[in-house]
Amino acid sequence: MISLAGENVPPLLDVRGLRKYFPVTRGFFRRVVAQVRAVDDVSFAVRQGETLGLVGESGCGKTTLSRSILRAIEPTAGQVLYRTREGKVVDLAPMSGAELKPLRRDVQMIFQDPFGSLNPRMTLLDNVGEPLLVNGMRSRRERTERVAGLLQLVGLRPEFMHRFPHAFSGGQRQRIGIARALATSPRLVVADEPVSALDVSVQAQVLNLLLELQSRLRLTFIFVAHDLSVVRHISDRVAVMYVGQLVELAPTEAVFARPRHPYTAALMRAVPVPDPRIAVGDAILKGEVPSPAAPPSGCYFHPRCRFAQDRCCREAPLLREVSPGHFARCHFAEQLSLQAA
Amino acid sequence: MPPTPTAAESREQIEPLLSVRDLRVVFELEEGTVRAVDGVSFNVRAGQVVGIVGESGCGKSVTMKAILQLIETPGRISRGEILYRQNGARPRVLDLARLRPRGALMRALRGAEIALIPQEPMAAFSPVHTVGQQIIEAIMLHASRHPDGRSISRHDARVMTIELFRDVGISMPEQRVDAYSWQLSGGLRQRAMIAMALSCRPRLLIADEPTTAIDVTTQAQILALLRELQRKYDTAIIFITHDLGVIAQVAHYVVVMYLGSVMEEGPVDDIFHAPKHPYTKALLRSIPSLYGETRMILPVIAGALPHPFNRPPGCPFHPRCDLVIPHRCAHAVPRLVPVGLQQQASCFLYHDPAEPA
Amino acid sequence: MSISESPALSAATEERVAVASNWTLVWWRFRKHYLALASAFVLAVLYIVVLCPDFFSTQNPELTDARQAFIPVQPLHFFDRGRFSLWVPEVVGKRNPVTLRMEWTPDPNRKIPVKLFAQRASYRVLGLFETNIHLLGPADAGQRIFLLGSDRLGRDQWSRIMHGTQTSMTVGLVAVALSVVLGVALGGISGYFGGLADQVIQRLIELLQSVPTIPIWLALSAALPRDWTPTQVFFAITVILSLVGWTTLGREVRGRFLALREEDFVLAAKLAGCSQRRIILRHMVPTFLSHIIATSSLAIPVLIISETSLSFLGLGIRPPAISWGVLLQEAQNIQTLALAPWLLIPGLVVIVAVLAFNLVGDGLRDASDPYSR
Repeated sequence: MISLAGENVPPLLDVRGLRKYFPVTRGFFRRVVAQVRAVDDVSFAVRQGETLGLVGESGCGKTTLSRSILRAIEPTAGQVLYRTREGKVVDLAPMSGAELKPLRRDVQMIFQDPFGSLNPRMTLLDNVGEPLLVNGMRSRRERTERVAGLLQLVGLRPEFMHRFPHAFSGGQRQRIGIARALATSPRLVVADEPVSALDVSVQAQVLNLLLELQSRLRLTFIFVAHDLSVVRHISDRVAVMYVGQLVELAPTEAVFARPRHPYTAALMRAVPVPDPRIAVGDAILKGEVPSPAAPPSGCYFHPRCRFAQDRCCREAPLLREVSPGHFARCHFAEQLSLQAA
Repeated sequence: MPPTPTAAESREQIEPLLSVRDLRVVFELEEGTVRAVDGVSFNVRAGQVVGIVGESGCGKSVTMKAILQLIETPGRISRGEILYRQNGARPRVLDLARLRPRGALMRALRGAEIALIPQEPMAAFSPVHTVGQQIIEAIMLHASRHPDGRSISRHDARVMTIELFRDVGISMPEQRVDAYSWQLSGGLRQRAMIAMALSCRPRLLIADEPTTAIDVTTQAQILALLRELQRKYDTAIIFITHDLGVIAQVAHYVVVMYLGSVMEEGPVDDIFHAPKHPYTKALLRSIPSLYGETRMILPVIAGALPHPFNRPPGCPFHPRCDLVIPHRCAHAVPRLVPVGLQQQASCFLYHDPAEPA
Repeated sequence: MSISESPALSAATEERVAVASNWTLVWWRFRKHYLALASAFVLAVLYIVVLCPDFFSTQNPELTDARQAFIPVQPLHFFDRGRFSLWVPEVVGKRNPVTLRMEWTPDPNRKIPVKLFAQRASYRVLGLFETNIHLLGPADAGQRIFLLGSDRLGRDQWSRIMHGTQTSMTVGLVAVALSVVLGVALGGISGYFGGLADQVIQRLIELLQSVPTIPIWLALSAALPRDWTPTQVFFAITVILSLVGWTTLGREVRGRFLALREEDFVLAAKLAGCSQRRIILRHMVPTFLSHIIATSSLAIPVLIISETSLSFLGLGIRPPAISWGVLLQEAQNIQTLALAPWLLIPGLVVIVAVLAFNLVGDGLRDASDPYSR
């Protein structure tokens, strides 16, 4: 269990040993020949009111992880401990559909693609009001009032509720998606790359909106992204994933000031800085991301790591606390002095 | 002491390789006419990287297509010139805007002298041919003779392709030549795409958001590769992207576009450290950076991108500009005027106030 | 692009477009296809005939008179010496001494006046109320006019075609409706749930598609008891056609469901707590319904031709019930064709109907593209 320093109340979400494997079948009889380890023993906790940034490149498993937490897909193993409004801690992982239903209103998602996340055949009122309707608000008048309030909250005019999604731009659709996610007053919101598909100037607007909403509504966010600058801007703590594993977990300032895992450092160096005077170093990360179906032995990162030793190939490192609150999955985390740029 | 340049080399350094002058592209749709590119001008010198940066709807892709004469109905080039200086036995200047899109001359230029690295490498390769076959096809089409006059056989072309793969950093090139595009990872595919673009040693490379669809670590590799190849082959590159970070790392000269017009252009250092146009300044301010404060409210550009049918009169940016001059910006379109040594901006703030609007 | 694609020339237009549901947008796009629009009009006319064929007939379609067999077409004229007046030329019959056959020749000097909205034999409209008004009828009640000629039993072909239209067009529509229900249900189960259900249904589809259709029809039709009334036979044929015809639609629906299952808005509905039934019916089906309707409208002509073929072969709707196929049975041999070529006119009607359906279907399919992004 990753304990958080100075904790009296159990965390809002406590993920322990979460795994999601997809079987690879071959042949006529569909024998299972390998497992794609999309999420491979991930553990972390999220305090109420904070934003945890989950960052990694394609194939690292962050999307699978976020969907496993929400029980959109079923985890293969592990626990997803959630503290309910009454203070009880329940494990979401093995729950049936019926057991999950009352908890659905507490945990919602904001999607990446503004053009695919809204039902094109339903008006805004229907789209945003659907979670309300399904969770018991049968009166249309009540729903209309609440949807009007939600649209205003995200900066859209309430009279738009009779329009269809096709009338709106990407940024506006993302706001509608946020309104829908907030309809049932959730406590935890998983944002799956909510600004990746938006223009730069619109990104800023949506990020500002999310920051504002969080402070106003006391929301807890898990913010999944591949863009480090965005993650840095919005997160309290950052979790870095690589080939299905967490390789680093620490408060934002700590990670960006002094990363403890070579992959995190490489990731930061790779981000192109909008300043021509800061040249990209020559220490560019070589090689390709390994396939999650056949990861390397020992530490998954060792084939690409500048600091790899014999031990890295033989022994898989564990995620351990390198300094208070700062966890890294590297044998030499304390010794290495890595620079972000 | 560097050798004194010959007359031809001097001319190359003075006169641009490609000169786009007052380009206008319109799309005639049922609902109205969209001015996708509305008077764009910039120059590309030999061996230089020009970055075109802008958000959706700014016209950067359409400009690129116009240069390659790939615009199809209902779009057409309504005005302007695209002057390309062609070397060879008889150097001459061609106006690409006047050439027939499917004519022999344009086809001879495309691929051989002006090549494209498209955004989606998966979509750009045919799924039923190996990547090697496609590159060999390009070579056979354009470079059918060695420098010494012997014709290039398919075997020669294959050897050249393997060399190219090695150049662009593809490991095991002999095997990869016979792979299909969908068998390669994203990074390898993009490298293969770059190899295909460079196969005929083009003088101008147009890269249309080549790193948007790939991861940031792979992007760093590709950008390093492009820089290295550009130095080695002295190719000019037009690099189109919406990512200001990438532009800062790759371009020598930057063109900032908005709604089909050029807002500002200049050397990359000037654009990032001394931006003059309000749009450029606002854009730079609104990017979250790795070095600034965290969790602060980002300064945003007010308003939203207007619908292409509802272009604002006068300066396209004025409804969202925080430095708008009443009675001027809405009534006339500002021209590009010099605001620095090599920097230009189209904004009334830099026009002579006595000038008639 | 982050800019919406709707035309926005004025605030009022923008508002109108913004609140336009999918069907409204489909209609606006359909309106622009002039050919499809014209075909839709033709179909509308045909379906009005379906509703009330007796109104459009000039007489009882089953009235026989052997003495008036093979009367040629008596074309309807609209003007008589400059004035508006409806009339048909009378036909004069003369027996050919060599072939002993009656030969009819129209005599333009002897005119039979025709009245609009004439009162003739009474009939029930849709079984609801009785009336005796027909669109056209000879002014003299005792006369018989043959606007499209008569067949070998002296029956008026025009009236028979009107009744045939009712049968043939209804079979097509009902059979397609059944196919849609079957296709959406089975295809939906297959696509949404996957697994064993998917495997079983897909193999069933493959089985049905690999057996040649005509033998299936023959077998099923031959299995119908001979003593069934024409109406029962009619419904039986409809069911038979739809049982074999749902497979293509089922496959398409399955494909759509498979794709839709991965869409974010479906996941959002699931995360909101929607039951599976609600997700399928409220969220997934409406998204491709317009496409299904477009595809179905292209299936109707296939079924019309199927029914026509079956009946033509004597295995579908049988006389005394009337359908286009039954009418075409009269034109089965060369002799009849040579002597009475007007008996092929039902074929012309089939062509017009099928063409109209195809054009409307094409127009609908073009108009109902998923929302442009």
